[in-house]
Amino acid sequence: MATETLTLGKALNAGLRRALENDPKVVIMGEDVGKLGGVFRITDGLQKDFGDQRVIDTPLAESGIIGTAVGLAIRGYRPVCEIQFDGFVYPAYDQIVSQVAKMHYRSRGKLNIPIVIRIPFGGGIGAVEHHSESPEAYFAHTAGLKVVSCASPQDAYVMIQQAIASEDPVVFLEPKRRYWEKGPVDLDAPLDGAYPLHSARVARTGTDVTVLAYGPMVRTCLDAATAAAEDGRQLEVIDLRSVSPLDLSSAYESVRRTGRCVVVHEAPGNLGLGAEIAARVTEECFYSLESPVLRVTGFDTPYPAARVEEEYLPDLDRVLDAVDRTFGW
Amino acid sequence: MGDPELVQLLTPEGDRIESAVGPDGTEYRVDFTDEEYRGLYRDLVLVRKLDAEATALQRQGELGLWASLLGQEAAQVGSGRALRTQDMAFPTYREHGVLYCRGIDPIMPLSLFRGVDQGGWDPNEFKFNMYTIVIGAQTLHATGYAMGVNIDGRTGSDDGEAVIAYFGDGATSQGDVNEAFVWAGVFNAPLVFFCQNNQYAISQPLEKQTRIPLYQRAAGFGFPGVRVDGNDVLASYAVTRTALDNARHGQGPSLIEAYTYRMGAHTTSDDPTRYRIASEVESWQAKDPIARMKAFLVKQQLADDTFFAEVDEQARREAVDLRERVLAMPDPEPVSMFDHVYPNGSPLLDQQRAQFSRYMESFEGSAH
Ligand SMILES: Cc1ncc(C[n+]2csc(CCOP(=O)(O)OP(=O)(O)O)c2C)c(N)n1
Ligand SMILES: [Mg+2]
Repeated sequence: MATETLTLGKALNAGLRRALENDPKVVIMGEDVGKLGGVFRITDGLQKDFGDQRVIDTPLAESGIIGTAVGLAIRGYRPVCEIQFDGFVYPAYDQIVSQVAKMHYRSRGKLNIPIVIRIPFGGGIGAVEHHSESPEAYFAHTAGLKVVSCASPQDAYVMIQQAIASEDPVVFLEPKRRYWEKGPVDLDAPLDGAYPLHSARVARTGTDVTVLAYGPMVRTCLDAATAAAEDGRQLEVIDLRSVSPLDLSSAYESVRRTGRCVVVHEAPGNLGLGAEIAARVTEECFYSLESPVLRVTGFDTPYPAARVEEEYLPDLDRVLDAVDRTFGW
Repeated sequence: MGDPELVQLLTPEGDRIESAVGPDGTEYRVDFTDEEYRGLYRDLVLVRKLDAEATALQRQGELGLWASLLGQEAAQVGSGRALRTQDMAFPTYREHGVLYCRGIDPIMPLSLFRGVDQGGWDPNEFKFNMYTIVIGAQTLHATGYAMGVNIDGRTGSDDGEAVIAYFGDGATSQGDVNEAFVWAGVFNAPLVFFCQNNQYAISQPLEKQTRIPLYQRAAGFGFPGVRVDGNDVLASYAVTRTALDNARHGQGPSLIEAYTYRMGAHTTSDDPTRYRIASEVESWQAKDPIARMKAFLVKQQLADDTFFAEVDEQARREAVDLRERVLAMPDPEPVSMFDHVYPNGSPLLDQQRAQFSRYMESFEGSAH
């Protein structure tokens, strides 16, 4: 059994390596992904081992990265594109929304565009502007795209391979501030029969309040649950994993037991994922709810300067504050 | 007359070349007084020293990040000094030297890198746009600004206005930059595209962006292009002055490729030993922009040790002053993040601001 302790970043690297080994059609492309191994080293060593035809350093142009990936996909390849930071995906937005997302539909199913668009996303690393954004709602709002986010090294390792194997275009959001967090990874875990990519998973069981999160906020919510337990409150934390499509079956089941639900994400609240989730949970669990579904999110401002990001980002206290408020109704 | 592919007026050894001819036959020369030569040297030294101080501040945790201009001083001082008062500049995130030559307090961009704000200055007040981190975007802004100059009828004379857009070699691959070339050409915009080819876009060497010398791209868009020795402050000044003056006289855009080298890391987050070899850096060390200017001043007996010592002392004082003022920079009030999202506010934000304030107050007096 090859279970190793890896950081989330290294687990992604291992997953990419396995995908390159298992399928000669998989190619990695992006800015600085070769010799440098990407600015976060997620593709470290891959160009050395698989060559510059499989791990392609591209010119500095995001629209070019995604547009050429579409052509490669039409040609039968499975491009895995790295966008260097969340705030730099927008030059490619047209290609993603108008081309990547719609090709299968427009070809009446004759074309699949099995592209993975990896984006390190979210804040909390003290970066300058455009390096801390959470753009998931833009993509989740677009039919034809799938959007997922991993929260643990094991999930990072498996989900990146599942995303690459998927026939859909997948926007793969990597919680950049969790890249250095460690956890056990079963490197022999077979993909066949693995936990499905688009299914949510209960990350911690509890009886009093259901807390829903994905990506970087899963860790925050688990910490909040630990703190709440000291005060005698049991939070059930669900890692949604897939942002589009949403799998809320475990959330419904949980809310029917707890009667309370808090949704947490870094992205701004207005028209964010939390709005969709709150609406669906309310529709499904109306008679079980003891309070409205509450949201803990970033504010509806541009992502602020680093020295106030701590106040902008949902943290343990804000999650617990919302948990408290669900008991105030 | 030198290499027609590279306009140079000062050799790495510090010898003056009387004049140089660009690819379209334009002749470049400079006519500086002794005082002006010394002034350019002073600029170069000061700009390098302040940049080194900012790097040190980052290392000590006082800045979140710093994008050093080390090695690119001549391209920035030369082009920056070539600007006339009425000209407008659109920088990237590395143009600290241009900013300095515009007479702007060098503290201005440090709040962005400290994480205190996102720039926050008035581009019109300083005739210097905010730094732009999204690669290439500012070239379109510069083009639009220059179109406005045309519409205002502010070209066609010596006091006409010109605009300069800074960008890197990597940026030339972006759609935005190529669209800017198209637009500037079509609208005959009074604009100088100033590309600092420092040979790298983070880890990517120039050949990952282009098959031809960058200045030759201009031809395809229908305007002149020239490559200048970007480590030669005199030549950088001469070609920029000419291009700006052509633009202000209504002759439209041009592209300058300042051929230089990024001597340091891309930013303080970068480790260049992963992708380039020491001997390459050393070969560029021999072309250092400051060393050659100093050699020139010495050879021509335009300056003595007292002068050089005085410049170093001024640089030291300004660096100390910069450091002290960076350390004294206050952190923003958290609630200020809700300000200036819209000119006239928004009901949603008013509500969030109020909730946020109440929430923060709830911690007052507690252990948090
Ligand atoms: C649209 C966009 N994509 C990616 C980045 C990340 N990035 C920051 S600087 C840089 C390289 C820029 O190279 P170049 O244009 O040569 O300018 P230099 O940094 O060398 O001055 C990259 C890829 C960015 N800032 N914006
Ligand atoms: Mg460059």
